[in-house]
Amino acid sequence: MNHKYDENNPYWRANIRLIIVSLIIWALVSFGFGIVLRPLLSGIAVGGADLGFWFAQQGSILVFLVLIFFYAWRMNALDRQHGVDEE
Amino acid sequence: MDQFTLNLLFVGGSFALYIGIAIWARAGSTSEFYAAGRGVHPVTNGMATAADWMSAASFISMAGLIAFTGYDNSSFLMGWTGGYVLLALLLAPYLRKFGKFTVSEFIGDRFYSATARMVAVICLLIASITYVIGQMQGVGIAFGRFLEIDATTGLMIGACVVFAYAVFGGMKGVTYTQVAQYCVLITAYTIPAVFISLQLTGNPIPALGLFGEHTTSGEPLLAKLDQIVRDLGFAEYTAAHGSTINMVLFTLSLMIGTAGLPHVIMRFFTVPRVSDARWSAGWTLVFIALLYLTAPAVGAMARLNISELMWPNGTDGAAVSVEQIESDPEYAWMATWQKTGLLDWEDKNGDGRIQYYNDANAELQAKAEANGWQGNELTNFNRDILVLANPEIASLPGWVIGLVAAGGLAAALSTAAGLLLAISSAVSHDLLKGQLTPNMSEKSELLAARISMAAAIVVAVLLGLNPPGFAAQTVALAFGLAAASIFPALMMGIFSTRINNSGAVAGMLAGLVVTLLYIFLHKGWFFIPDTNTFTDADPLLGPIKSTSFGAIGAAVNFAVAYFVSGMTKETPQEIKDLVASVRVPRGAGVAAADH
Repeated sequence: MNHKYDENNPYWRANIRLIIVSLIIWALVSFGFGIVLRPLLSGIAVGGADLGFWFAQQGSILVFLVLIFFYAWRMNALDRQHGVDEE
Repeated sequence: MDQFTLNLLFVGGSFALYIGIAIWARAGSTSEFYAAGRGVHPVTNGMATAADWMSAASFISMAGLIAFTGYDNSSFLMGWTGGYVLLALLLAPYLRKFGKFTVSEFIGDRFYSATARMVAVICLLIASITYVIGQMQGVGIAFGRFLEIDATTGLMIGACVVFAYAVFGGMKGVTYTQVAQYCVLITAYTIPAVFISLQLTGNPIPALGLFGEHTTSGEPLLAKLDQIVRDLGFAEYTAAHGSTINMVLFTLSLMIGTAGLPHVIMRFFTVPRVSDARWSAGWTLVFIALLYLTAPAVGAMARLNISELMWPNGTDGAAVSVEQIESDPEYAWMATWQKTGLLDWEDKNGDGRIQYYNDANAELQAKAEANGWQGNELTNFNRDILVLANPEIASLPGWVIGLVAAGGLAAALSTAAGLLLAISSAVSHDLLKGQLTPNMSEKSELLAARISMAAAIVVAVLLGLNPPGFAAQTVALAFGLAAASIFPALMMGIFSTRINNSGAVAGMLAGLVVTLLYIFLHKGWFFIPDTNTFTDADPLLGPIKSTSFGAIGAAVNFAVAYFVSGMTKETPQEIKDLVASVRVPRGAGVAAADH
């Protein structure tokens, strides 16, 4: 390993950016739509309850799934782009 | 064939299957014992991790807690799935690249400190044992029901089975067994849910049925449920009642805790490549989501069924009669569950009927006075029996009931085994071989691993006799402890080169101690009843219950670690290099047990 390792190398920066965007979505659907912002969404009815209730019991889980697979796919591509994938 | 024989057949059959697999895939070497020779495919690994992860808390307890509280307990659903996002993005690939066997090995190496490794071992032992207590509760209830005995005796029998089962194999035996267990538990969870969803809504997919239409009334299912529970004086199912701050913190604690639990993290050491670690977290969540998307439907539909069974003609009609409970086969489940001591009723006003309502509600008190009711007569309904009793409540065929008993035990056993493995590797690999007796032979290491498993079970049973809550709540406490201690250390170890040995040790200790203190103050010292100073109904810090404190403990951990690291010597260059190498997948070979 190079002793002048740069904390801000482009690969790591791209990774951090991807993590931050993903975590914002993660927090928005669960803590946001599911809990804190639920009153704002109460007007949108979903089968006997409201959209916030749906996000708390179903939606957030579905979004989490998409997020993890999206991250895995993007990161594996980034690994190859920056030449740091496993040969 | 009677129900008892049918239950024995299903439970016995599934056990024979697991033990057969465990013998077939017996661990030969230490490396196989802990990490299955890293030859596990991401999908297989995902399925095994899902079985490992979904315990008595998810299978037996969670839907019951949701059923009786409604929306407020959505935290369990979001918390126990959202943690996988943290795990996949922040920990799994890096820990796989690091390539050792245990979580505390990473902490010891990254923070170049034997003390840090010891503190990590202590943190994960405390969290894991608390977690095993919750599993033992679930095992006790499941054995109690299917052997038709008292839940405490069930707990004792369960403990022996768990022990016999866990010492059979290491990770390799456990991995393939857990794939079988996943299949049993997901089938057992889904089949009754599909039946019930068809009965109530005509929709075969429970998650859609939950938001569908209640066929007998023509109203949306959830609106109907809201109306029924309101009539009985209970809080509306879909509305929020608790504190928002507490709900956010509770959800966050469960999420962070998920990503800090050693037996789950260990799983990601067993995939062949770093990229597989990323996919593996996703596959795990797929298999978990199959149960978690169904659970809220199970809860809501069971609540509806129970209310209608107790009030066959609605609250304006007459309540169910004692005679009917004793003779009608539709109510036979009540007598069977009464034997476990977890369900009970009493005809207080002697009218020959059992009135089930919220006797703390002023409106219902007035109604009770007018009708001559003298308090709620369904005196005990333990939340943890709901899922296991659910097929009986809905009058499903006997084989479904047997299947659910087998599924519940699969869930509890697989997690208990995974945890015991984590505990035994912490003691034998990290504590003894890593520190106290480095020259230990492979054989005595395996022996030490098995002895520590036995000790952990004994402690868990002793503490499990007086559990601090329902199974899922006990487990939630374990998550709080993992959240406050392990997760911050791992995350800072990967994402910051600034955190040094003193910072990490101080952070972990601070997080663990404040959280443990907060839990003991509310739940009693070592969970011994009546030694608590506060209660979760009226917590020390405003609305923050002891189950939600993990997130605050984690914040304390981060803050203390940053502060102490800032005051002490910088991290040495070779550690910065280690962090740099952990951050890139290239060069992730197969790691060795000895280093």
